Amino acid sequence: MEHTNITSDNLEVQISAQDVYFAYESTDGGEPKEVLHGVSIDIRKGEFVALLGHNGSGKSTMAKHMNAILLPSGGKVLVGGMDTADEELLTEIRRTVGMVFQNPDNQLVATIVEEDVAFGPENLGVPSEEIRVLVDDALKTVGMYEYRRHAPHKLSGGQKQRVAIAGIIAMRPKCIVFDEPTAMLDPRGRQEVMDTIDKLTGELGITVVLITHYMDEAARADRVIIINDGKILTEGTPKEVFSQIDMLRAVHLDVPQPTELAQSLRDMGFSGIPADILTPEECAKAIFAARQQQ
Amino acid sequence: MIADITIGQFMPGKSFIHKLDPRMKIIVMTALIIFVFLAKNMFSMGLMLGFVLVAMLLTRISPVMYFKGLKAIWFLIVFTSVLNMLYLRGDTVLFQWSFFTVTKEGLWQSAFIAMRLVLIIIISSMLTYTTSPTDLTAAIERLLKPLNVVKVPVHELAMMMTIALRFIPTLLEETEKIMNAQKARGADLESGGMMKRAKALIPILIPLFISSFRRAFELATAMDCRCYTGGEGRTRLNVLRYRFRDIFAFVLVAAACGGIIYLNTLAPALVH
Ligand SMILES: Nc1ncnc2c1ncn2[C@@H]1O[C@H](COP(=O)(O)OP(=O)(O)OP(=O)(O)O)[C@@H](O)[C@H]1O
Ligand SMILES: [Mg+2]
Repeated sequence: MEHTNITSDNLEVQISAQDVYFAYESTDGGEPKEVLHGVSIDIRKGEFVALLGHNGSGKSTMAKHMNAILLPSGGKVLVGGMDTADEELLTEIRRTVGMVFQNPDNQLVATIVEEDVAFGPENLGVPSEEIRVLVDDALKTVGMYEYRRHAPHKLSGGQKQRVAIAGIIAMRPKCIVFDEPTAMLDPRGRQEVMDTIDKLTGELGITVVLITHYMDEAARADRVIIINDGKILTEGTPKEVFSQIDMLRAVHLDVPQPTELAQSLRDMGFSGIPADILTPEECAKAIFAARQQQ
Repeated sequence: MIADITIGQFMPGKSFIHKLDPRMKIIVMTALIIFVFLAKNMFSMGLMLGFVLVAMLLTRISPVMYFKGLKAIWFLIVFTSVLNMLYLRGDTVLFQWSFFTVTKEGLWQSAFIAMRLVLIIIISSMLTYTTSPTDLTAAIERLLKPLNVVKVPVHELAMMMTIALRFIPTLLEETEKIMNAQKARGADLESGGMMKRAKALIPILIPLFISSFRRAFELATAMDCRCYTGGEGRTRLNVLRYRFRDIFAFVLVAAACGGIIYLNTLAPALVH
């Protein structure tokens, strides 16, 4: 035990994808379609990583490698040191890395919220009294405790998605991979889900991998990774990545609106405005400062 | 909204009967249904009727709801009663017209048989009105567990039932959406003959099927992610436990059944 404490928390790797290749079997009997061409990613403990890329670039495929839903055809994926190809470790890997998908409806199994949240712990064979504690904790974390006796189909999209998140939290995972969790939600539902994710990365110290098409969501991450046609294109802090507007455009990605505005102003000759602006507040301050200078 | 249809017609409540263990409810209600058939004379049927009526009041669900349950098979009851009335013969002729004969004994018997049907409907409604589908599924899974020995996939069947219950409202909602979408494109779903209307359903059923398959795949992946590997080694959040009230209910029903057998001996049987 002494030894494990020596390695710094921040440096310990949670998920390590090493030169991963993957091809889907083609449905019409043709050549298998290679989707990942040698992807290497290290996700560190407690980190909040956003994974971006245009449609069909292989984000979901990569995500499914992180808890052994898919196995690499070349290279390997380690979860907390466990090789995902080892079938013996399957349950352990999946309880370490949970996954939340786009459509909340297709993730909920039970007819009552609390029974759905209990589904994971039940599968793991946790004793009943402990399941009760896990379920109540998870529901409180996502703010759905009052709805524990409700039927899922009567909830809003954001609420359903939070129940789905609770179902994963109840398994006490170290890491959660979110595959476009807000894509089907209205602005309010999106906000609810993003607030929940903030809570997971903040208070609970859970490692989060977030796949999204919303740049403002990605801007909250510690690190942004851009995947393009099955290869890692670039990675860095949100500021580093989003300031490369031309590169983002080239791979058909949006730029956060404040960043775009700041860029346009720079192009118009407001040289005092920095290029690495992310939030509306930063942008407003920079514009204000630039006006005062003139 | 069609999505508002409640499955199994569960009506939440806090009555003695609501609180009974669902397994015990299934056991005693099955026993009662069997004894409805074993009650053969006025005395025993009277006891059964009294017992069921008291239980009905104990559920604190309005008798109107039970009446609604009966409405669905009203026609069946009347139809079989009329047939029985004409078919069953006795000595005391009350009424005769052409080859139709109604006798006093026939009248009594058909009333008796109608009473049986009504009681069965009331007893089974009582079960579904007071037990949530989830509890019902859990109880059935638990009660049928011995069948595992003869390789009946009890857990899988229960899981299928749960998922079906979970997705029926979702799919109904989706059907409504697709119907509206097709109507917006000019589809006419309401007019025309049988054939035309059946054909109009195709553009609704096909998208529904495709989306159901997609849902099924996604759900399967989500279940994998949550470590589902079948029934083995699974525990449950809500463990079913027999309590004192379940024993009490059992004894009460057993006494009523005993009473019915005793009362059967006091007067000649009306039906066989
Ligand atoms: N089950 C499958 N069988 C065959 N090909 C697939 C399958 N799933 C995805 N693909 C293909 O693999 C490629 C990558 O898909 P993937 O779902 O990983 O992309 P993505 O980055 O998640 O896209 P999106 O932003 O649309 O979700 C796509 O070209 C897609 O058509
Ligand atoms: Mg995807």
